[in-house]
Amino acid sequence: MTTLELRAVTKRYKKDTVVDDVSLTVADGETLVLFGPSGAGKTVLLRLIAGVVEPEEGQILIDDEDMFDVDAEHRGVGMAFQNFALFPHMSAFDNIASPLTVGKRSVDEIKAGVDRVAKLLKIDHVLHHAPRELSNGQKQRTSLARALAGSPPLLLLDDPLRNVDAKLRFEMRLELPQLLAGQGATVIYVTQDYKEAMALGQRIAVLAEGRIAQIGTPEQIYLSPKTIDIARLFGDPVINCYDVVGQRDDTGVFVELSKQRLSLDDSKANCVDKNSVLGIRPESIKFVPENTPGSIPITIEAETPLNEKVVTLALTEGGREMLISRPSGTVAPTTGNAFVKIDQRALLIFDQTTGENFVDSSEIDVDRGVAA
Amino acid sequence: MEHQSKLETVLRGIALLLVVVFFMFPIFWIFLMSLQTNETILRVPPSINFEPTLSNYRALITGKLETSAASLEINFLQNLWNSVFLSVASVSLALLLGVPAAYAFARHKFKGSEDIAFTLLSFRFAPPLLVLLPLSLYFQKMGLADTYLGLIWVYQLICLPLILWIVRGYFEDISPDIEYAYRVAGHSWFSTFRKIALPLAGPGIAAAGLLAFIFAWNNFIFALVLASADKQPVTVGALAFITASGIQYGQIAAAIVMSIAPTLALALYAQKYLVEGLSLGAVKG
Repeated sequence: MTTLELRAVTKRYKKDTVVDDVSLTVADGETLVLFGPSGAGKTVLLRLIAGVVEPEEGQILIDDEDMFDVDAEHRGVGMAFQNFALFPHMSAFDNIASPLTVGKRSVDEIKAGVDRVAKLLKIDHVLHHAPRELSNGQKQRTSLARALAGSPPLLLLDDPLRNVDAKLRFEMRLELPQLLAGQGATVIYVTQDYKEAMALGQRIAVLAEGRIAQIGTPEQIYLSPKTIDIARLFGDPVINCYDVVGQRDDTGVFVELSKQRLSLDDSKANCVDKNSVLGIRPESIKFVPENTPGSIPITIEAETPLNEKVVTLALTEGGREMLISRPSGTVAPTTGNAFVKIDQRALLIFDQTTGENFVDSSEIDVDRGVAA
Repeated sequence: MEHQSKLETVLRGIALLLVVVFFMFPIFWIFLMSLQTNETILRVPPSINFEPTLSNYRALITGKLETSAASLEINFLQNLWNSVFLSVASVSLALLLGVPAAYAFARHKFKGSEDIAFTLLSFRFAPPLLVLLPLSLYFQKMGLADTYLGLIWVYQLICLPLILWIVRGYFEDISPDIEYAYRVAGHSWFSTFRKIALPLAGPGIAAAGLLAFIFAWNNFIFALVLASADKQPVTVGALAFITASGIQYGQIAAAIVMSIAPTLALALYAQKYLVEGLSLGAVKG
């Protein structure tokens, strides 16, 4: 049983506030992903929890106990670092054994403990090597093994997949959830890769400039980002954004894009008569035959494959860029003029001045992806 | 590796040889001098044709200096022992105090930490004579004049700043993450210092210790003023060779050969260790 609670935690370096009034709770056994661009304060927040950096203000509670006076070595956390931080003068075995050499464990117990995690992470054949003799992937696994070796109830993982190649990252992304679930630990996972965040997190806390910008399930954040910046961070290719003004007539709320009327449901009525930003996910735009009612004419500029998708770059009549994404293998025009239709339920609309979503994310019905 | 032509290899070899000759010649010449009598040394032009003699070494070891005019008692072996003892003790004390201090300055930025570190370095700026006069007065009052303890204390002015500044740089080069990782694994800060920081800064500590040892060994002025003959190191003891009947070049040369031997041996030993340390790719993990 391990829970974590942060209460208004603030950390400053000289005049820079790197973690600003952060409060959050993590339930026992939950995996919370801290997501944000570099410099958002994710790593510092993790170090604050680990106890190697002290906060200026606020409280950190592990299992409801205030950690103010508790040194890093007594907090019972395991931590894996982005740059691996292996001890260069020790073998992989000694690195992994380091959490086990505390207290009075026999040599056999230590060996059994190292073997257990080494097998789990498939590095049992490199245990006698020094870190400099390991490949990046093996280093990363050794660093993870070290974090897991002491079976810590609270596991802090600082972007552990950042410095490994794409293939390994993909493999680990598949392996990790099972691995973490097997540990039964409460996990805080830092990443700046939104796919990793969505794949691993039961909840995601989005950090921006030291503050928590939004916290929610992956679906909540994807379907109802609190700000335009968060919408841009989640999604690849990036969300299409257009400056529009919300309007209303007898039939309801709408905006105009390329002279086409796009209806918005009433939950977005706050945008009426306001300068707004319309967000359209590339996957909610579909190619349609000519003269389909409500379709928008476009000119295709280029096309490129992206993982399991094909991304088309097109221009609307007004000369505005539009990214359209479709699953590879589907047939669609690749050059010249074409027509697209936008799934109006998936439209996002933000205040142009504040960047905030006109719809409160708490009103979102996650299952349907539309405002209730 | 770039391909080298034969000519290039030869030229490179000649250049290296010239450098070696340039640096090694004085030492080689002194070694030759140490095997000659004053008469053959002072021949004009100098020649390497001579009958080698060990009389200079014998004089140093027996402590009896025979000159054309008289026989003198010198205490060279005592001087040599003093040099060894003073240098080893001073460097050991400086390492004991300086390495933890360097770690503190590298890892904990507190108010005034830079100022304190710089003040310690500034001890190296002041000419020794500036501090010697007041020091000798204090030392006399405190009973430290002409004691090993007093000399070791003063030698800290030479050794401590060096060790502090060099080792601090090495500690700063160790990624804090590596130490955090050890802390989080459940080890105290002291254990982290001992098991992680110290071994990783090992090459730096060795280099700083060696340098401090050489500076301490070569020191002249502190021991000249603050100690009497039986506590003085070789640097001061060598003055005895300037006698009323002339300068004893042969014995000076022999004394130099004997007094550089320990530093040379230490440097050769530490060099091997230093190269090992550097090629480890030390702290990059």
